[in-house]
Amino acid sequence: MIAIIDYGCGNLLSVENALKRLECEYILTADPAEIIAADKVILPGVGNAAEAMANIREKGLAETIRGLRKPVLGICVGMQLMCLDSQEGDVECLGIFDAHVKKFEATADAKVPHMGWNSLGNLDSRLFRGLKSGSCVYFVHSYYADLCSDTIATCRHGDKLFSAALKYENFYGTQFHPEKSGSAGEAILKNFIGL
Amino acid sequence: MVTKRIIPCLDVKDGNVVKGVNFEGLREVGDAVEMGISYAAEGADELVYLDISASHEGRKTFVELVRRIAEGINIPFTVGGGISSLDDASRMLDAGADKISINSAAIADPSLIGKIAGKYGNQFVVCAIDAKCMDGVWRATTHGGRILTDKELMSWAKEAQERGAGEILFTSMDHDGTKGGYPCELYARLCEELSIPVIASGGAGSAKDIADVLTIGRADAALAASIFHFREISIPELKKELYECNINVRL
Repeated sequence: MIAIIDYGCGNLLSVENALKRLECEYILTADPAEIIAADKVILPGVGNAAEAMANIREKGLAETIRGLRKPVLGICVGMQLMCLDSQEGDVECLGIFDAHVKKFEATADAKVPHMGWNSLGNLDSRLFRGLKSGSCVYFVHSYYADLCSDTIATCRHGDKLFSAALKYENFYGTQFHPEKSGSAGEAILKNFIGL
Repeated sequence: MVTKRIIPCLDVKDGNVVKGVNFEGLREVGDAVEMGISYAAEGADELVYLDISASHEGRKTFVELVRRIAEGINIPFTVGGGISSLDDASRMLDAGADKISINSAAIADPSLIGKIAGKYGNQFVVCAIDAKCMDGVWRATTHGGRILTDKELMSWAKEAQERGAGEILFTSMDHDGTKGGYPCELYARLCEELSIPVIASGGAGSAKDIADVLTIGRADAALAASIFHFREISIPELKKELYECNINVRL
């Protein structure tokens, strides 16, 4: 059973639909007991990092998430919330990954938001088993996590190389949306489910 | 680098994908969910579903369909046609759409762009512009090109961007349906003016046309309907040709 943390951050439907397609059982919950009892946990996220972080704190979930010892996957803003801090609303985050979240600067060949399919490099995790370096996944974001010792995949937008995925112990995070990334994304979700 | 996107467009009437043939009537070409799944499997980067139902019943059917599309496909999709309020947009988001496209409603009330983008983010709002060249001036039209508005293409596209549109989907009504290629210089100018992605639509007759609009025209994505529906070119063939032209595509 996977717990999708429902902390009032908007639409969880795309993650739910992806798990349904993989015939994986899940619950939506903000209850610490249910989150702790689950085999795996997904922290989704759309919208503003500062608001999302405020919601997590308000529901008393920051300590619950930090204390988890099961595989946890943060997606997009969910991954960013697991970093040290974010420039989006200048907010302190959960501090699981040793990365700062910064805003992209738009240039002529790097529009912001960074939106669309981009390739992954430097793959270094079981999460990417079966994927070739250069596999494309779907991104939609204006803020990125910088490179750090927890980086397990990179991506380039304009001249900026950033963390496409992060890992620290049992915590994983993807900046891209595996639930919208076609067969490559499905392979990543299956790998997570199989951890 | 972000790849150039190839986007099949599916017109939906009362739950089925339809296609006009030689401007005479509509022919059903398939089930909307199944076609979407098969395009996604072939390598489409996104899908656009446009509701062309005129009736209230047809509109209700479409929301249900969007729900089924979201359950079935594993790539992003945009829905358009008949979205004229924040409530309409919210219904599409709740049903699982990744983006909505607005056209006539944004011209009638430009503040609608900001209302939807303010609530759901710029990436959720695609502003579609159907324009026509009259006496040397490109002007936006509504109702499938039948009604000419006073909005000039470049200034309207910039206004839409400033109001919060995340992408511009531009169709030249002078080229749509001709299969004679896109107005590439016009696209290049539009891309020069804007900082948000531009999707080219209407006019593709061959892979070369699409390659041209993605290079000379500098468009970020190309949308097409009939060349895919009638199997004139398959998505894998098209992407292979684009790749051979040194265009960065997802293979």
